[in-house]
Amino acid sequence: MKKYLLKCQVNGKNIEREIRPDKTLLEFIREDLGLTGTKEGCGEGECGACLDLLDGRAVNSCLMMAAQAHGKKIITIEGLRDEKNPLIDSFAKEAAVQCGFCIPGFIIKAEELLSENPEATDDEIKESLAGNLCRCTGYKNIIKAVGKVRKKCLK
Amino acid sequence: MKIEMKKTPFSFVGKSVRRVDALDKAAGISKYGSDLSFPNMLYACAFRSLKPRIKIKNLSDEKAKKIRGYVGLITCKDIRGKNRWPLVMEDYPFLPERESRFAGETIALVLAKDRKAAKKAASMLKLEHEELPFVDDPLKSMEKGSVKIFGRNNVFSKYVIKKGEALKSLERCKYKIKGEFETNYQVHSYLETQVATAVPASDGSMTIYSSTQCPFYVLDAVCAVTGLSNHRVKVIQTVTGGGFGGKEDMPALVAAHAAICAQKTGKPVRLSYERKEDFMSMSKRHPSYSSVMYGADESGRIRACVIKYVLDSGAYSTLSPIVLWRGSVHAAGPYDIENVLIETYAVATNKVPCGAFRGFGQPQICFAQESLIDDLADKIGMDPVEFRLKNIIRKGSRTVTGQKIDESCGLSEIVNIVRKKSAWDRFGVKREGEKIIALGFANTYYGVGLGAKGRFLDRAGAYINIYKDGSVSVNVGNTEMGQGALTVLTQICAETLNCPLENVHIHEVDTSKVPDSGPTVASRTTIMSGNAIMEAARPLRERIFKTAMEILGSDKVSASGGFFFVGKKRISFAQVVKECWARRLKMSEQGWYTAPKTSFSEKNGKGDSYVVYSYSANAALVEIDIKTFEMKIRKVFAAYDVGKLINPRLALAQAHGGILQGAGWALFENLVYKDGIMLNPGFADYALATSADMPEYAVSFVEKEYTDGPYNAKGIGELPLIAVAPAVRNAVKNALGLRLNKIPMLPENVWSMSKNKKCFCREN
Repeated sequence: MKKYLLKCQVNGKNIEREIRPDKTLLEFIREDLGLTGTKEGCGEGECGACLDLLDGRAVNSCLMMAAQAHGKKIITIEGLRDEKNPLIDSFAKEAAVQCGFCIPGFIIKAEELLSENPEATDDEIKESLAGNLCRCTGYKNIIKAVGKVRKKCLK
Repeated sequence: MKIEMKKTPFSFVGKSVRRVDALDKAAGISKYGSDLSFPNMLYACAFRSLKPRIKIKNLSDEKAKKIRGYVGLITCKDIRGKNRWPLVMEDYPFLPERESRFAGETIALVLAKDRKAAKKAASMLKLEHEELPFVDDPLKSMEKGSVKIFGRNNVFSKYVIKKGEALKSLERCKYKIKGEFETNYQVHSYLETQVATAVPASDGSMTIYSSTQCPFYVLDAVCAVTGLSNHRVKVIQTVTGGGFGGKEDMPALVAAHAAICAQKTGKPVRLSYERKEDFMSMSKRHPSYSSVMYGADESGRIRACVIKYVLDSGAYSTLSPIVLWRGSVHAAGPYDIENVLIETYAVATNKVPCGAFRGFGQPQICFAQESLIDDLADKIGMDPVEFRLKNIIRKGSRTVTGQKIDESCGLSEIVNIVRKKSAWDRFGVKREGEKIIALGFANTYYGVGLGAKGRFLDRAGAYINIYKDGSVSVNVGNTEMGQGALTVLTQICAETLNCPLENVHIHEVDTSKVPDSGPTVASRTTIMSGNAIMEAARPLRERIFKTAMEILGSDKVSASGGFFFVGKKRISFAQVVKECWARRLKMSEQGWYTAPKTSFSEKNGKGDSYVVYSYSANAALVEIDIKTFEMKIRKVFAAYDVGKLINPRLALAQAHGGILQGAGWALFENLVYKDGIMLNPGFADYALATSADMPEYAVSFVEKEYTDGPYNAKGIGELPLIAVAPAVRNAVKNALGLRLNKIPMLPENVWSMSKNKKCFCREN
């Protein structure tokens, strides 16, 4: 199979890699870059565990080919961690984490929401996160954790 | 000098401290099974039967050989140990030799250098087979003329529990009622699918990394399939992305498959499931069929209960005998009834084997029994809550197996709390535009721990090692799977030693570091590993406290929050530990806890079933759209007695998650089988509750202390799920007058019932 030269920016770093063209973005991030914070929950875009930010939009990395990220900026949970994104601490503080497998995906989605709408209401948060599945928490503490990071709550 | 264990106030127990593992998980640092990598690792992919029952004739990998990266085919012939999974009845082969018994069963494994190649190669195997007659309906399977797939009658297990003269007594009752109920599968839907990695060493020993609730079940299976002795295999639990019972027995099968491959090739082998395979082959909550009869006298006392309860167990027995047993002893509900006859069956069908799922055989029969209790109250003309209060077990009551409830029973208190908080007495039925809104009630109880049926496994070990710098290393045999065990056990350890929380580190379970502590199931971890930690900590505590007293020169030392005080003088835990080491005191200990005796006998169905019970009361506020019949749970009022709360916030988090899982099972989780084939194996067609379906939660706790629990705790994990479905069903009944006796309660079912019956909504 002919390799494809992928150039993109991941968590602020410029990356150039030869990849197989049949590689998904999820496989590229996890296997080639070793960024295992992005999870595979279903492989069909239903659970949101594999969400990453692609030019600021949360995308199901399991449904995209890696080549589609060419020339784009990718942010993974590791990127949010490096910049000390307050969502991460808020999830831990509000008991919004149980098994934790889905949480990086939730944080990515919440980051997308709050950067577009820093004062999102609880209902807007609920609606925005309705594409992410969590089987442990019953969602209440997740909504609360995101709510605490709204502009008006951060002093 | 005698060291007294202080009662209260506690420094760490009873406090809502932060989860010890939350930050690493949220930040994507924690390594789950698929996040680990090993040099030269091969990837396995299961080759599965797609038919309900076949005779296996030949399997060829001719075409697969052309795939780049293909390594080889592994079949039952490659098993060096025994081809029987050592689990309860031992009827499940690791890989079938002649016959495959359900669509989805792994027949062989394909190995390749990467995951994609393994999958591709598996799709190119050619299986020669003969289709065999199969049975997919448990009620038909029990009939005489049915195709035989297990023993003489396709029944894996049967129990009879008899107390008094139920049938005779029922006849004499003024009020009698009968109901038939059906519940469907529930899929665990843990977000992390099954995964195991087997890493062989040059000396033939093996390390298994497994996403599991039960590392010792994995150990048993891997040793059986490889022929290695227990001390040559080490099972390490990886951070586990949810279990809910689905990672009780099944990870042992997945790990055993990886181990066969690793033993054959001498290389590390990863077996991770895609979501579809996980749906098709891993355990589920059993579908159930039940017929329930209750009888009450003129005064509203329940006098008799007769139950027949059938579980559709699937192709192999796995945990069905135990699931059925728990369901059986709890079947009549938390009521004081003199005359009971319970007959229960776990029946074989050619479908996916069912097993453990949060509640373990109780939710299905609780749905039936708590629905019928409401119907009986209606028939008598009593308020359903009032009726329950008249009949529920209290301190001094006896359960259906004759067990006397002699402590820690807060059922009547929690029923009253929910009654008050939900404004039950004045709520009635409300109408808001096209919505009808009503409350429904249900309560239940849950025997904590393995109970009499699992008494030989009900023990746990712990090892505590205190280092010179005052840090404390702990090994336990029960796992963290998301429920919060690591945090709760850290609190128990810190409290007992009077050391700062952050000094304690509980390691992931490693079977070479701690004795077999049984499975992490049955809401038993707080009691079992908690007590084991306290056993280990006690002698250490004596040494530390005695040394602190000597340093401070007084026997009137008080201790709290990791410090020791005499008047204004204060020294830290670490300082005391340093002195202990200087005195060459023994700073490591092992603890071992065995559950108190349970006397239940299977011969007569009598005796103590469980060491203690937890209790729940629930009122569901449900709205029904009278045009579309869609149902939405607006709010769930719940109260629990789970003994002392070690961490109230984590207990509350367990309640939220359990309630929503119960709600999903009640309303829309719907796995569909047709002719032995699963039609919707994936999240696209199997609906799970999302944040948009979340009800409001109003949760309370009553802490009835349990003498033998660590700091008087019982267990919570499973309880919140169990009685949600009947509360929802009873709300719909109260709203529309329709009795939905089938789960899931789909809008189309309500619609078709409403056509045939006069109901509230028909007036519109």
